[in-house]
Amino acid sequence: MPNETLLRLEGIHKNFGPVQALGGVDLEVRQGEVHALIGENGAGKSTLMKVLSGAHRAEQGKILFKDQPFTATDPASARSLGVGMIYQELNIAPHLSVEENITLGLDTSTFGFRNSKSQEVVECLKRLGHSDILPSTPAGQLSIGQQQIIEIARALFAKSRLIIMDEPTSSLSAEDSQALFKVIERLRDDGLSIIYISHFLEEVKAISDRYTVIRDGISVSTGIMSEASLDHIIEAMVGRSLEEMYPPKNHPVGGPVLKARELQGTELPQKADFELAKGEILGIAGLVGSGRSELIRCLYGLNHRVSGKVDVVGNPKSLTHRPQSSLKSGLNLLSENRKEEGLAVDLGLATNLTLSNLKPYRQGPFLNLKKERSSAQHWLKELRVKHHSPRQPASTLSGGNQQKVAIARLLHHDSRILLLDEPTRGIDVGSKAEIYRLIEELAGKGKSIVVVSSYLPELMGICDSLAVMHKGNLSPKKSITEWDENSVMRYATSGTLSS
Amino acid sequence: MNSALKTTLGTFGPLIALVVVFGLFALLPSMPSSFSDIYNLKTILTQTVIIGIGALGMTLVIISGGIDLSAGSQIALCSVVVARVMQSFQGDLDYLGFSSSILASLSGIGVCALVGLIMGFIITRFKIVPFIVTLGFMLVIRGGSKWLASNQMVVAPKNALLPLMDVQPEPTYLFFSLGVWILLALLLLLFIVLRYTIFGRITFAIGSNEATARLCGIAVEKYRVGIYALCGAFLGVSGVMQFANLGQGDPTAAIGMELDIIAAVVIGGGSLSGGEGSAFGTFVGALIMAVLRNGCNMLGVDNYVQEVIIGSIIVAAVALDRLKHQGT
Repeated sequence: MPNETLLRLEGIHKNFGPVQALGGVDLEVRQGEVHALIGENGAGKSTLMKVLSGAHRAEQGKILFKDQPFTATDPASARSLGVGMIYQELNIAPHLSVEENITLGLDTSTFGFRNSKSQEVVECLKRLGHSDILPSTPAGQLSIGQQQIIEIARALFAKSRLIIMDEPTSSLSAEDSQALFKVIERLRDDGLSIIYISHFLEEVKAISDRYTVIRDGISVSTGIMSEASLDHIIEAMVGRSLEEMYPPKNHPVGGPVLKARELQGTELPQKADFELAKGEILGIAGLVGSGRSELIRCLYGLNHRVSGKVDVVGNPKSLTHRPQSSLKSGLNLLSENRKEEGLAVDLGLATNLTLSNLKPYRQGPFLNLKKERSSAQHWLKELRVKHHSPRQPASTLSGGNQQKVAIARLLHHDSRILLLDEPTRGIDVGSKAEIYRLIEELAGKGKSIVVVSSYLPELMGICDSLAVMHKGNLSPKKSITEWDENSVMRYATSGTLSS
Repeated sequence: MNSALKTTLGTFGPLIALVVVFGLFALLPSMPSSFSDIYNLKTILTQTVIIGIGALGMTLVIISGGIDLSAGSQIALCSVVVARVMQSFQGDLDYLGFSSSILASLSGIGVCALVGLIMGFIITRFKIVPFIVTLGFMLVIRGGSKWLASNQMVVAPKNALLPLMDVQPEPTYLFFSLGVWILLALLLLLFIVLRYTIFGRITFAIGSNEATARLCGIAVEKYRVGIYALCGAFLGVSGVMQFANLGQGDPTAAIGMELDIIAAVVIGGGSLSGGEGSAFGTFVGALIMAVLRNGCNMLGVDNYVQEVIIGSIIVAAVALDRLKHQGT
């Protein structure tokens, strides 16, 4: 029975207003295979998944599941048709028991009374090779990895034929990830099909049978995993050769401008020391939750600093822990959460752009709106933000253009030290390349830049030097040429430099 | 809905609603013809003053993402303070002149601003939601006013404030009552503050996204305290009008008025989640409330029917606002 098609998508289109999220996706998933869905952030993976779960409706194209048109209108009906979803964020009710979590949302009652299904729950857990989890344990007492097993058991319990996993390892430790891969293999051998969404290529390569790459909402490549090279997949993801993606490095690096000593936040970071030089691009790598963002937020003063010192060369006093004082000393921060923090999305572009520095437009208590607008127009043009008016709300722009507005604020402020938290998260490939070029250009003008990113290739592509976080501790900073993917991962997972 | 229509609705929606409400009342066969004569129009405007001025202050608070449930109590407090200060000035006089009257008003306004300052401080320092703090202060201030007034009306001497709310003012070229002119002046002031000042800009920023404001190095706490203090000052002016209307300090005045005030802001396009609102919209919102009350009274509609109508209008206004925000 293997090789029989379970799910077939043809020419799926989906628009959000004027923005095309999916522009023609073909996907074929066979019975008993792990099918990797690969693409960069913003490529359309999540939208496609929402179409499959019934949360969004495709405007064009057809979906056949078990040779029948797929008609789910919401996640519950998708589940009853046999499609289970494992989201990136775990959906566990911590106060309920394992059994209650697994049967949640399914009617297991008899005449309205709850009906114990522990036998079937035990069966599901056994199939996953996790008989050690007891149905009566409160789910909140389980580890993150075990909670993920509960999610998968939920899909099994609902008799899913196809399980879709969205970045399932993003919050797991290395051991939990390995355990998850074993579970996935068991499911496949049981005849289930799995769509595995990820951009961790090595991981995908290890466990998938076939793959489909989507880029800018279009499926661009599909094939058998064992026959594809990593380079081929990356180029399909990015849509250009890697040399075009990252600009050549030719900016001078000068003397030190910032010294951070023994930084410690409330939980993260534990201990971080580093120096930053004029014109230097320093990358901060590490696993999710290792304290990378916390490090720069603590430095900037948005997170509380328990101890440690930050000195900016030329300033007689160390930084206090308030953003106001950091801004005055020439620091500025780009938030990783563009919508929740980076921008006030309901306010206009000009307002967002000038918010941190209204001084140039101050006339007594009044604002010179004309001057503000022309200055905003200058920066919007400079960064090639696609817009029609500086007064339009930021929410009307695409992710990439929003990010450019957020970066424009840092440039408008004329800060010397830029702390960029995930500067290319969730934006299209074209904007990414522009942002890399911009970072290189800024370094050339003598700005010092710290880039936090979960995407190692981009750090390798643009940084002069790199330091790695492991459980809140920052490794010594080393030149980028002294690092490679293996040594970064070793430090990120074990906290040691030598093997 | 297309975007041009949405923008129009957003800007002129309240104004259109005002015209429609007024027109409907005027066209009702059972409505006395005096409803749309000049004298009644002047009366409606005068009846807008107390709620209108308070609502202008509340607009600031609501744009910043807060709320002030103590508004009615603050208005009563101000009227009592004004009356008490006047009593202390009285001596042998049977009429208090312009300067003592102004001084008494400023005391009342100052006390309300101070109360706003204290609430703002508690809200920011202890990170308690404004709803709770101002709910508590609604009772604290009401009780305090009664204590200050010895739990009765505070009779003030005749004074220069009394003509403020006269529908037919002296000299006649003023046409509208003085209170209306003060309301219009404050409307203009708030319009300028919101649109053209740094303070206004930052108020919008805090209400739209507080995290962004912090990221941009704005001293969010200080501004919040300032916003509540300024709202208190507006409510103080409202309280002076309340005093002028009654001619005495009344610690039980304006009970529940905070709801009318908040309703005026919301009908005028203010969003309780912050970041939206305008001086002009609030003014129109207050006018709509006044026209509704006045029209219902002229028709002889019972009070409870008025409540049902006004309540429904508030819900409808907010529902329209949500529709406006749906989609792109």
